[in-house]
Amino acid sequence: MSSKPMDQVTWQEIEAGAILTEPGSARGYNTGDWRSQHPVWTKSRCIRCGVCWTVCPEGGISEEPGGYFDMNTYCKGCGICAKECVTGCISMVPEEE
Amino acid sequence: MDKFGYAQSQKFDTYASRLMPREEYFTSGHRSCQGCGEALAVRWVCKAIGKDAIIAHATGCMEIVSSGWPQTAWMHPWLHVAFENASAVASGIESALKVLQRKGKLKGPMPKVVAMGGDGGTTDIGLQSLSGALERGHNFTYFCWDNEAYMNTGIQRSSSTPYGAMTTTSPPGKMSIGQHTQKKNMTAIAVAHGIPYVATASPSYLFDLFFKVRKAIETPGPAYVHVLSVCPTGWRSATDLSVRLGRLAVETGVFPLFEVVNGKYRLTVEVPKLRPVNDYLKPQGRFRHLREKERDFIQKHTMAQYQLLLDKCGASYPEFPVITEPEEEKE
Repeated sequence: MSSKPMDQVTWQEIEAGAILTEPGSARGYNTGDWRSQHPVWTKSRCIRCGVCWTVCPEGGISEEPGGYFDMNTYCKGCGICAKECVTGCISMVPEEE
Repeated sequence: MDKFGYAQSQKFDTYASRLMPREEYFTSGHRSCQGCGEALAVRWVCKAIGKDAIIAHATGCMEIVSSGWPQTAWMHPWLHVAFENASAVASGIESALKVLQRKGKLKGPMPKVVAMGGDGGTTDIGLQSLSGALERGHNFTYFCWDNEAYMNTGIQRSSSTPYGAMTTTSPPGKMSIGQHTQKKNMTAIAVAHGIPYVATASPSYLFDLFFKVRKAIETPGPAYVHVLSVCPTGWRSATDLSVRLGRLAVETGVFPLFEVVNGKYRLTVEVPKLRPVNDYLKPQGRFRHLREKERDFIQKHTMAQYQLLLDKCGASYPEFPVITEPEEEKE
């Protein structure tokens, strides 16, 4: 079973018992389009501690090559990372069209 | 995951955020509300469990949001079972694995068996199967995600709802102050079964949670972990306060973090000075209707319960907040 949304799955693809054979297929669902605000990191104040990554309920923050953290497409914009940031380098910015 | 073994797990006190394991076993793309403390708890509990585990999950928020067919957010072999039999299914899996091992069909180490459920699936509906599984002594771990009501069906009261909370089935009004009973002490019920490991945890204290989950998973025999998970939707709080509210619950003494190893209590997060319980009640809209009288009652009850727990732990009393007796109302 692929990670397609429900309306694109045909009955031929359904396994017996409707079991799901692909683990973690929810990654195909982009929760980022729910958000009305998103976090923005001020890199000059970031100490790269990783607290924002640990407190994100969505796994919506991932590490970038330089060791800094940034949001990915799953961020729902709850604002926990901005509240819990040790140095206060994260600010929440309203989403734009 | 060998480096997070039981013997080394004492070192988690000095662990840093960056060094925590990066593998996600509860993946992104699940449909939980914004700022869900329960999803945060599940994410970290699944990381701590590691990859060799079979999970039986009772109906509840985390089952609803993670398994919207045909997608699943779980990387583990995962079963959705009904409210009342998560522990019964887990004990069946554990017995079946034992038989497979005895017949030589299962090579290598035994997978860990985990049962999970919300507070409705644990304290109300699933209590009989949980009690049975704990009593029979199966080698499994039970996790209770306690968000203090039936949130996914529309915030109905459960026996885990605290005194004074507003829910849709305990509405406050002229004749009612909201929920009129105290929260069921589920950890005490689990301890009374005489099982080797019982703990309370909160995702606001991540390293503490991680350490306790490792310990519970490695314990031979049944283990029970009660996780307080803040629910911004049902608690009527701001979405960005989820982690902070969990911390306030510990600092005010509403939800103390402790573990019980073979019947011996130990406080894992010691609070030198308890904050007034009002700090915890104020950000939550479900306690908005409470008057000074009821807030004082909650404060007194919390302190009494906290002192009872400290007596069991043998710890010294912290500095308690001062209650000013209200002046008598003139009629």
